[in-house]
Amino acid sequence: MHVLFYIAAAVAIFATLMMLTRLNAVHALLYLIVSLLAVAIVFFTIGAPFMAALEVIIYAGAIMVLFVFVVMLLNLGKRQVAQEKAWQRPGMWPGPVILAIILIVEVAFLVGRPGGAAVGTQAIGPKQVGIALFGPYLIGVELASFLLLGALVGAYHLGVRKQEKLEKRNDKHTHESGAAAGGDFVRAGADRPAGTP
Amino acid sequence: MFALGLTGLLVRRNLMLMLMSIEVMLNAAGLAFVVAGARWMQPDGQIMFIFILSSAAAEVAVGLALVLQLYHHHKSLDADAISEMRG
Repeated sequence: MHVLFYIAAAVAIFATLMMLTRLNAVHALLYLIVSLLAVAIVFFTIGAPFMAALEVIIYAGAIMVLFVFVVMLLNLGKRQVAQEKAWQRPGMWPGPVILAIILIVEVAFLVGRPGGAAVGTQAIGPKQVGIALFGPYLIGVELASFLLLGALVGAYHLGVRKQEKLEKRNDKHTHESGAAAGGDFVRAGADRPAGTP
Repeated sequence: MFALGLTGLLVRRNLMLMLMSIEVMLNAAGLAFVVAGARWMQPDGQIMFIFILSSAAAEVAVGLALVLQLYHHHKSLDADAISEMRG
């Protein structure tokens, strides 16, 4: 059990180091996901299985999907093609794959083990956590919900205002260009003085 | 791990990488809470990790919206390019 804990911790630290030294954002994201999964294994080995599940679902699931989505939104234009070619180059993927295989072996070992308990101490299950969360920490839960609501409204505000402005600017732009064009055949010569041939 | 995240925040100048480093730092703080909670066999550490998780989700939503805005304004993710708030 201790060996599994130390292996997972080493994988987490190594993946974080690799994340910091990557140049590409997507490569760094891959290593960050591996690091979060390794931290989830650490949680499981020290006896917090509910936290391990939350780590995988929320961190490695939701937040990393958000990061990937923003990376996808930011990579617009011509640069993307060269970047895609660079991503598909072999030689990048073995690092995260090896680390993830180590983690999978650990998970298989932990699941196959009869009493999946903790390092030294005993596991604290979701029941205790829930009783404490909705007992003395009820105010904290309400505050967290307010924080999430505020973040939702703020992110929506930040995301939507730019599009309105862009729309207005484009609208003005087409108006000006339409008025200044005058190059169509219908109105050709309409702005000449009357007496000239 | 917290030191690694802090180093990443200070060293890297890419906004995405800085946000990821903040995630690493929050994760390290939560890990410390959970380990302490497991050491004394109390569920309070895990509850603090839940709170850290929700605050990290909120922070990353607003932060990524800001990054999108900044990228549309400056066409770059370099944190040094966005120095116009300097007095």
